[in-house]
Amino acid sequence: MNPIHQIGLGIRSLMLHKLRSSLAVLGILIGVTAVIWLVAMGEGVSHQAQEQIKNLGATSIIVQTVKPSDEANPNAGSRSGISYGLLREDYNRLISNVPTITKAVPMREITREVRRDQAAVSGQVIGCTPEYFDINRMHIAQGRSLTDSDMRDLDNVVVLAHEVAAKLFPILEPIGRSVQIGVEFYVVIGVASPRTASAAIGGSFAGRQYDRDVYIPLSTFRRRIGDQVITIRGGTFQNETIELNQITTVVDSIDSVDASADVIRELLRRYHKTIDYAIVVPKELLEQAETMQMMFNLLLLIIAGISLLVGGIGIMNIMLATVTERTREIGIRRALGATKREIIQQFLWETVVLSGIGGLLGVVIGFLCGPTVKAVRSGIETFFPEVWSTLPPTIHALEPRLAPWSIVAAFCISVGVGVVFGIYPAQRAANMDPIQALRHE
Amino acid sequence: MNDVTYDAVSEMVASVREVTKVYRIGGEDVRALAGVSIDFFHGDFVAIMGTSGSGKSTLLNLLGCLDRPTTGQYFLGGRDIATLDDESLSRVRGRYLGFVFQSYNLIQQLSVVENIMVPLAYQRPQRPGARDLCVRLAELVGLSGRLGHRPNQLSGGQQQRVAIARALVNNPHVILADEPTGNLDTATSMEIMDLLDALNRAGRTIVMVTHEPDIAARCKKVISLRDGRVESVRHASECAP
Repeated sequence: MNPIHQIGLGIRSLMLHKLRSSLAVLGILIGVTAVIWLVAMGEGVSHQAQEQIKNLGATSIIVQTVKPSDEANPNAGSRSGISYGLLREDYNRLISNVPTITKAVPMREITREVRRDQAAVSGQVIGCTPEYFDINRMHIAQGRSLTDSDMRDLDNVVVLAHEVAAKLFPILEPIGRSVQIGVEFYVVIGVASPRTASAAIGGSFAGRQYDRDVYIPLSTFRRRIGDQVITIRGGTFQNETIELNQITTVVDSIDSVDASADVIRELLRRYHKTIDYAIVVPKELLEQAETMQMMFNLLLLIIAGISLLVGGIGIMNIMLATVTERTREIGIRRALGATKREIIQQFLWETVVLSGIGGLLGVVIGFLCGPTVKAVRSGIETFFPEVWSTLPPTIHALEPRLAPWSIVAAFCISVGVGVVFGIYPAQRAANMDPIQALRHE
Repeated sequence: MNDVTYDAVSEMVASVREVTKVYRIGGEDVRALAGVSIDFFHGDFVAIMGTSGSGKSTLLNLLGCLDRPTTGQYFLGGRDIATLDDESLSRVRGRYLGFVFQSYNLIQQLSVVENIMVPLAYQRPQRPGARDLCVRLAELVGLSGRLGHRPNQLSGGQQQRVAIARALVNNPHVILADEPTGNLDTATSMEIMDLLDALNRAGRTIVMVTHEPDIAARCKKVISLRDGRVESVRHASECAP
């Protein structure tokens, strides 16, 4: 009998018990869908992570100021305040002592209210040099970027992030108009293009939101805002002194990243009594992310394997019941000339049809992964905004990526499961004594 | 007896020689057949009779290649098939034998025509025009209007007609019928016997197991078994009431 005939026969035999067959199909369907969806989610998350890390730059090493823990800082809570973090001296040391560094960009930041008439935004004021834009792959949408002359002249000029500009200047053209940051007025010289947030992988400190930034020259920052930050928390003054928040360095080649990072680590360790800085190496993060992705994929494969195994057991269960029930048919077919092999083939085709249909439907539902995730996400966003706001940005931006290999693999495995779990029932059918089988009621 | 056999060597389609069959049940040997020799000739219409336990079912299973004798020989189509393996026996059944059962044994999920086609599915090589042949056979047994029906939409007599058509589809050497009228009322039984009779007159060899004397009386030859041995061989005229 040719395969088409066999499949037709299989479908008709399975139609004898529609509910039972549907449940077996459902078992496989869920397994296949699970494989495709899980892999798509995993690929989506890791792709997002890798893109973000790549945006940080594979040849860059980022040194950041971190507030040391209270135990490590004997001056904590004292009225004189505390001083921590990267120093301008660190910046000089890095450029003069690490030969592989081709570029080093210092940065200082603070949260301040940015106003324009009645409109106000709680902005992140970034004091930086013109290179900051290049190194963070930011583009200017309108006007111009910061220049060296802005730095030299300590000009009160500002480049707004796209979102800040949109909030403060919903109608008017922002370029040439002034905004108020703290008590000072600044002239808007440019607006940056929208930029997606960068990575915060594995608890690193490199994650950045760019949408509330306003950029002013570092020299202006020092003159107008200064190093001291005074906050009032719980009725007590907190006086902190920070010179620089971040130094982004770029080394000459990807091969020297690891060695340069070690040198930087050693250099900073020697001059800092407390660990008030952190070193982020995007290349390491990328490697970590790739390793994590592999672990994740392995885990997914195990889960997928288990769910398909369960589906397979379901199929075997149903085929065993079918074989017992159709003992008489098996006897008839044997009497009419079917060999054991032909009986095995018949029942194997039946399980393959069962698992194949499950596999196909699973693939179809697998393709619905993207729209489903989108629908669930907008559902949560609309009906449970409080829940939505507590979810991490990874979830907000999650775009499942269907992996072609997972679709092919899931379908093939489902059919394979059908064959593997169909063999035993089929053999049982074939090994029946035809005489006994014919007598079976 | 011997001279008849020699005269009809070319006409002989099946022959069992000194076959025995011993079953082992609960550690004890049970002798179902104790040396049976029978020849079946082309155009025979034989009834095998006997009480329960006489060995008639065992004999039919052996003739049907569903079982192998413990000792002895079984010639079918000139070949000793007592020693063939399972796969070859399947092929022999599919090629040389037709089966008609007491409880019809049709496959429920298949239509009338498809049921008739089942033996052809196991033929190597596949025959062309199989479907047309099956439609013609269905018409021959009087089911022309019911080709697409399922077995459960047919009466017992009609189902048995389908089974008979199925037994003809591979053009067998012998048709083996196991109590073909056992589940039917008298009138329908007679119709089925008329059909078998007609087939026999057209040259088919039929071997039938029955325990009903009036059914056996319609056969040409009646073989009675008792305790696994042939008790008597009579011609139809001898046992007519």
